[in-house]
Amino acid sequence: MNTSLPVFDVRSLQVVRGGSLILDVPSLVVAEGEILVLIGPNGAGKSTLLQTLSALVKPSRGEVFFRGKKIGEEIPLLQYRRRLAMVLQEPLLFDTTVYNNVASGLKIRGMKRNEIEQIAAKALERFGIAHLRDRSTRTLSGGEARRVSIARAFATNPEVLLLDEPFSALDPIMRETLLEDLEKVLRETRMTTIFVTHDRMEAIRIATRLGVMNAGEILQTGSPDEVMNHPVNEFVASLVGVETILKGKVTRKNNQTFVAEVSGQEIEAIGDPDLGERISLCIRPENVSLSTTDSCGPRPEVNAFPATVEKIMAMGFYQKLHLNCSFPLVAFATSRTLSDFLLREGDHVLACFEAKDVHVIRDAACDTSRLR
Amino acid sequence: MDIILEGIKKAFWLLVSFDPEVLGITLLSIKVSGSATLISLVIGITVGASVALTRFPGRRIVVSLINTGMALPPVVVGLFVTISLWRNGPLGFMGILYTPLAMIIAQAVIATPIVTGITLAAVQQLPAKLRLQILALGATRLQMLWILIKEAKLSLLAAVMAGFGGVISEVGASIMVGGNIKGYSRVLTTATVMETGRGNFDVAIALSVILLLLAYLINLALTQIQQRERRR
Repeated sequence: MNTSLPVFDVRSLQVVRGGSLILDVPSLVVAEGEILVLIGPNGAGKSTLLQTLSALVKPSRGEVFFRGKKIGEEIPLLQYRRRLAMVLQEPLLFDTTVYNNVASGLKIRGMKRNEIEQIAAKALERFGIAHLRDRSTRTLSGGEARRVSIARAFATNPEVLLLDEPFSALDPIMRETLLEDLEKVLRETRMTTIFVTHDRMEAIRIATRLGVMNAGEILQTGSPDEVMNHPVNEFVASLVGVETILKGKVTRKNNQTFVAEVSGQEIEAIGDPDLGERISLCIRPENVSLSTTDSCGPRPEVNAFPATVEKIMAMGFYQKLHLNCSFPLVAFATSRTLSDFLLREGDHVLACFEAKDVHVIRDAACDTSRLR
Repeated sequence: MDIILEGIKKAFWLLVSFDPEVLGITLLSIKVSGSATLISLVIGITVGASVALTRFPGRRIVVSLINTGMALPPVVVGLFVTISLWRNGPLGFMGILYTPLAMIIAQAVIATPIVTGITLAAVQQLPAKLRLQILALGATRLQMLWILIKEAKLSLLAAVMAGFGGVISEVGASIMVGGNIKGYSRVLTTATVMETGRGNFDVAIALSVILLLLAYLINLALTQIQQRERRR
């Protein structure tokens, strides 16, 4: 196996259904061992991309190369499919025992009975379902069924694993333990994986590369850190959890930083846009700190704005604060912080964030036609 | 009232004494209807599953034809099979009119649309994504078809019951293409019709009791399998 070739090399891929373009990927390369996580809203084309990659959907245009060979021409479809495994949103188990399900991919490949025994037993063990071996799939809980479907995919020892929202509809605890197990197995096997999810926390946790999709297109791919902190446009920004996106105009330039005017206030950021240029400023809520004194502390390049707390929303482990600094700003705080500061709606605070935490999107560079 | 009681008494005697003629009629009934059901399962499951899984122009017309076929009147089938097998008919060269083979063919024609229709509905009811999952597991199209049929097995048992139930109790076609020849092509239903016509109610009752018992036992066995599967 030539590992220097990318696992997937997608070129000018398009899928048209019912006369409309539902997938349009000019290029996508997936390297060996990569865990590419695709996030995006419903109908973004994530599942269609997975199904096209697994040769279950025929592309209307373009081609997919698997380890340098064109799918369907240089590698026959059946042979190709047998080198991948896919887990869909629903477990889709067969109406038989857990063991027969996990062994099904191996039986399909015509393997010998004792070989199947061994491999299936290992897969059952790996996903903690060995004790369910002889149970009928009808009696399984949602989490158990999900484990069986993942074990069934893993048992075939695929070169690539394609996961289409495998944890949706699971309760948070079940989701967490299953995610932990999957993470462990992926790390151990270094299996090339493409994972589709709605949940950005899940995405950040598992991804070595993050891709954001909308309306059939991949808007951005990059390391989780890069996509989270440097989204290419407002759509990506809002999808990766940037709560504050402000429109501004560059009024002054310093050495490495510049100042933009936003609703009559001046925000300092790092970058080199043109004077007078219209830009978008993205600020992640976790990068905003609050102070009840009149200073933000001894940090350099700090933006500090007097703000009114307009709304406090409980978000589980933390609270989300909507602030008014004559521009809207969202910050996170723990319940402890709120009670220590005796903060309530209507109170006045100082909102602080560093210039380096302001991500700048140059509006001219952002193709808004993709945001439809 | 006497006539019924007498009939039941005689019937009981015919049954426990293993009357050779009654036994022969019963065995032939099972053989003919069983073979016809087997043929209809092979054709019906293949066609039903294929139609369920493919999209082609005119599919709706085909589906409604299959559904109509589920209520095919046996005498109509009998008529057309007779014409086909008639000496100068299109299949006359086979020379099988008034034989058990002709009865098997006629009964298979009756049962096939029933099995096809039930299979079609059963396979269509499976989750649409299941097909993708099976293909993604590396199955060929034939393997996919087989796995889907196994997934629909509970509904397919209903197809067996309906198919067999339909042909074992059918009389019109059997009499037309089999001729009700004593010791050769006489089955439970055709014999019952004949004995009733002759006023031999005792024999007719004995034959109907056997027919009922047969239908009941077969359905009982299949229901047992079905319920055990469902509970699993």
